[in-house]
Amino acid sequence: MYPAAFDYVAPTDVDETLGILADGGEDVKVLAGGQSLIPLMKLRLASPATLVDINRVPGLDLIDVTDGHLRVGALARHNAIARSDVVATENHTMAAAAPWISDPLVRNLGTIGGSVAHADPQGDWGSVMLACGGEMVARTANGQRTVAANDFFVDLFTSALEPDELLTEIRVPRYAGPAGGTYLKLERKVGDYATVGVAVHLELNPERTRIDRAGIALTAVGPKNIKAIEAEQMLVGEAPGDELFAEAAARAASAAEPRTDVRGSAEYKRAVVATFVRRGLAQAAEQAGRA
Amino acid sequence: MDVTVTINGTERHAEVEPRVLLADFVRTHLGLTGTHIGCDTTSCGVCTVLLDGTPVKSCTVFAVQADGRSITTVEGLRNNGELSAVQRAFKEEHGLQCGFCTPAMMLVATSLLEANPDPSEDEIRWAISGNLCRCTGYVNIVKAVQAAAREAQTVGAEE
Repeated sequence: MYPAAFDYVAPTDVDETLGILADGGEDVKVLAGGQSLIPLMKLRLASPATLVDINRVPGLDLIDVTDGHLRVGALARHNAIARSDVVATENHTMAAAAPWISDPLVRNLGTIGGSVAHADPQGDWGSVMLACGGEMVARTANGQRTVAANDFFVDLFTSALEPDELLTEIRVPRYAGPAGGTYLKLERKVGDYATVGVAVHLELNPERTRIDRAGIALTAVGPKNIKAIEAEQMLVGEAPGDELFAEAAARAASAAEPRTDVRGSAEYKRAVVATFVRRGLAQAAEQAGRA
Repeated sequence: MDVTVTINGTERHAEVEPRVLLADFVRTHLGLTGTHIGCDTTSCGVCTVLLDGTPVKSCTVFAVQADGRSITTVEGLRNNGELSAVQRAFKEEHGLQCGFCTPAMMLVATSLLEANPDPSEDEIRWAISGNLCRCTGYVNIVKAVQAAAREAQTVGAEE
């Protein structure tokens, strides 16, 4: 299988990249890890006229903490995130999700920026961003804007990125208090799409008696990653506990829009969402209690 | 476009279209057919090569992306004409049946043992989880990786 012919450019800095994107319009596509884009090009579902390879642009793979945010460069590989001590300390949801993405070979090349820009509803990072209140930083030749995760994922394979914008990094707020989080994923085998994935994020007050912030998002049960807003809202201000979590799990399950397919019936997937949300909240609360 | 790579320690170059995949570049343009092509859809891992030491699926990388970089294929595993410890272990433990996935399995095993010289069985199984063996010969593949790890440690202890 071969992609249609394309022009290839490999800029070596961000400004050069932005210039190419500004000139090229809709026919230009950014190549990051290529682990979704290249398969799509081989199937000719994508046939960009020009491919801008950003792998030679230095600085886009940073992982660090500044201004109250964990910042992860768009070009950070899934495996680099999985192995990062900074991520392990700063964001438990992200640290839990990284080793579940695809398979070890894909994780060596695939990037967080490419994954969120691809906006695949089966993508794991989308749910992590929605649960943790993440933001995407998009740059053009004329400036930069920050897009909240909730506005970024528009529809099936559709993000809020404009053709001339380069996603340079994602940011998640640092924990303000004792916090916990996790990512639970059911897959038939390594490398398969998720049957169901659930991202959970919890922050408690300093006394650990009350939930200050809650994030829950669902993977592979709708046309895009779904933020379970009602479930999140009912948790805030409450004392963590099994009954509360069971109720939140029921609300999250009703926010899911699963479809019956080879991976299971809609009913089954909805039940898995409820189980994962309940289990994830219990794990996150336990972790926050120890933090 | 002109692509120059250091493959198995030797610098090689070829003129290719940007859409040429690294797997085909290695097999067709450089004539090294030890790298196999299986599913061609980023699923099976038999086309694995080491790109700057890291295992990747060469059916899902363009050759132009590898320009100026170093590649190891199965042909580069032997040293001084002798089989490497991993290759010897795959032979001794019968870590192959039809042999189609074997080059990839040995490259992934080599990369694993460099990062983690004493992996648990669980770690080995996760490390090869992106590589399919359609003979389902995983038991002996895992044994071979364990044997290679033991041998490397014995040699290390003697030195």
